Amino acid sequence: MKRLIIRKKARKNFITYGVVILSYIVLMAVIGAGSMPSALQGLLVPMCAYIVAALSLNLTVGVLGELSLGHAGFMSVGAFSGATAAMALADSGLPSWGRMILALIVGAVLAAAAGVIVGVPVLRLQGDYLAIVTLAFGEIIKTVVTNLYIGKNPSGLRFGFLNPDIGLGKGGMMLVNGPNGISGIQKISTLTSGFVIIIICLIIIFNLVDSRTGRAIMALRDNRIAAESVGINATKYKLMAFVISAAMAGAAGALYALSQNTVTANKFDFNTSILILVFVVLGGLGNMLGSIVAATVLYILPETWLRQFSDYRMLIYAVVLILMMLVTNSQKVRTLIGKLLPRKKASGKEGAADA
Amino acid sequence: MPELKFEKGKMVPVPSHSIIPERDLGHAPVLECSHLGVDFGGLRAVNDFNFTIGKTEIAGLIGPNGAGKTTVFNLLTKVYTPTRGTILLNGMDTHGKTTVQINKMGIARTFQNIRLFSNLSVEDNVKIGLHNQKKYSAIEGVLRLPSYWKKEKEAHERAMELLSIFNMEYMANWRAGNLPYGAQRRLEIVRALATDPCLLLLDEPAAGMNPAETAELMENIVKIRDKFQIAVLLIEHDMKLVMGICEGICVLNFGEVIAKGTAEDIRSNPTVIEAYLGKRGAE
Repeated sequence: MKRLIIRKKARKNFITYGVVILSYIVLMAVIGAGSMPSALQGLLVPMCAYIVAALSLNLTVGVLGELSLGHAGFMSVGAFSGATAAMALADSGLPSWGRMILALIVGAVLAAAAGVIVGVPVLRLQGDYLAIVTLAFGEIIKTVVTNLYIGKNPSGLRFGFLNPDIGLGKGGMMLVNGPNGISGIQKISTLTSGFVIIIICLIIIFNLVDSRTGRAIMALRDNRIAAESVGINATKYKLMAFVISAAMAGAAGALYALSQNTVTANKFDFNTSILILVFVVLGGLGNMLGSIVAATVLYILPETWLRQFSDYRMLIYAVVLILMMLVTNSQKVRTLIGKLLPRKKASGKEGAADA
Repeated sequence: MPELKFEKGKMVPVPSHSIIPERDLGHAPVLECSHLGVDFGGLRAVNDFNFTIGKTEIAGLIGPNGAGKTTVFNLLTKVYTPTRGTILLNGMDTHGKTTVQINKMGIARTFQNIRLFSNLSVEDNVKIGLHNQKKYSAIEGVLRLPSYWKKEKEAHERAMELLSIFNMEYMANWRAGNLPYGAQRRLEIVRALATDPCLLLLDEPAAGMNPAETAELMENIVKIRDKFQIAVLLIEHDMKLVMGICEGICVLNFGEVIAKGTAEDIRSNPTVIEAYLGKRGAE
C-alpha cells in the first residue's frame, strides 16, 4: 500500500545516502587492504560517472517525465570541455583536485548551456518532441566534436573546426585532435571525488524534489493542464529540471574523461545514451537508489566477469528491458511476487480473499 | 430581459429579476463577460455569451450535454483563446493572458474529469496549489536555507487549514490517486482554493456523489463562499444543488445563452424546459 508516502520518502532518501556512504567505506577498505584487482579498480571512477549520469537522467525521465535519448551528448560536452579545461590549466600550478573541480564546473556549465539551447524551443511543446530532438542533439554533438580541434600555445587556447591546422606555432600543444579525441589526459579524478559528486547530486535531487520547485516539476509530470491551472509556469520548471539534469550529465562526462587516458567522441554515442536509459528504467523511474544499483551492476558486470559476452551487451539489455516491462505490467506476475515477498497488510488481505 | 450595467464604479439599480445578489451591488462584479465566443473551425462552440458575477455570488451554469458549459470555463481560464468578446476580471481585461496569468489574477478551477497530481500525496497536491502563495527560490530549496523551512512550515499549516474545510486532514499523507472519488473531487476544490482566488470555477462538483454527499457539498460551497468571500461559478447537472444554492443561473444551449435569472425564473422559463425536455414538454 502506497498510502503513507511521505514518511516513506524521507526514509528512502536516508537509506540511499547510507548505501552510498557505506559502499564508499567498504570500497576504500578493500582498496586499502590491497585486495582489489587493479583492472577492477580502474573501473570505479567511470562507474561513479555512469551513476551520476543515471541519476541526472532519472531527474529528466523519472521526476520531470520527459524522455531524453541524447544524454550522452551532454556527457560529451562535459567530457571534452572539462578535459580541455583541466589540460589547459596543467601548468597553472593549481593542485590536481583544484583543476578537477574547475574541470567539473566547466563541464557542468557548458552542458547546462547546451541544455538551455535544446530545452528552450523543445520544452514548450507537448509530447515526445524532446526525445526526438535530444536524439538528434546527441548525434550532432558527436559529429561536432569529431571535427573539433583545440590546441594551446603560450598565448592561449586556439580553436579550429574541420581544419586541423589551427596555427599553434612553436611550443603549442594539441588538446582536442578531431577524430582522435583527447589523449594524454592526466587521471586526476579519484574515487573519493566520484563519491562526493554522487552525494552532491543526490542532495540536489532529493532536496529539489522535496521543495516548491520539485513539486511544481512533478505536478507538470502528473498533469500539465491542472498544473497550469494552479499557476505553475510549465516552460520555466521543465527547463529548470532539464538544465539541472544536463549540468549533472556534464559533470559526469568530465569525471569520466578525467579517469581515462584517451576520450573520443564515439565514446558518447547513441548506444551510451540508451545504456544510461537502461540503468534508469531497470532501476525504476524516480527511484534514485535503483538507478545507482542498476548503473553499478550493469557497468561492472559486462566489464569484468561477463567480459566474453560484452559484444552482446545491447542485445541482452534489450531483452532484459522488454522482460522487465512485461513482468511489471502483468498482474499475474505481480501477485506472484506479492505472494513470495512477506508483505504485511497487502498479502494478508489477498490471502484472506483467496481463502 | 434587461441587461445588467456597471457604470463608473457603481452598479446601477437592478430590476428584481436580476441575478446579482443585493449585497454585492455596491461592489464591482468579479467577472464580466461580454459577447464572448469561440469557433472551432466552422463550429460556433460558444456565441455571444454575456454574463456577470457579483463579488460573493454563487452562480450556476447549466444546460444540456454539449451545450458549451465546459468550453466557457476553458475560455475563462484561457485554455482556449476566445475568438470574440471580452472577459473582465475585477475590471481588468484578460486579453492575451495565459492560463498561468489568469490563475494569478484570481480564477481557480476544478475539472470535470478529475485532474489531480495522482502520484503525489494529498498534502503535496494542496502545497502545489500554494505554489504562488508561499514562494522561495529553487536554490533556497536545494540548500535548505532558513527561508525554506519558514515557508514550508507556513505552507504545511495553510494546507492543513484548507484541508480542514472538508475534514480531510487525516488524509494528508495519502496518495491522491488512492482517494475515494468524492474525496478526490473535494481535494480538487481545496487545491483550487489554495491559489487564493477571487472566483472559483467548479466543473460538476457533485458528479458521482450520493445525495448525502451532495447535500454536504452544498453546505460546504456556501461555507467556502462565506469564509473566503469569493464568487463561485459552478456547472452542475444536479438540479437540487443548482436550485438550492445558486443565486443566479445561466442556461446555455448550443453555445448560446437561452435564459438568465434566479432559480424561480429558470424553473418556470418555457425556453429552458424546451431545451431540456423537447418541445412537447414545454406545452
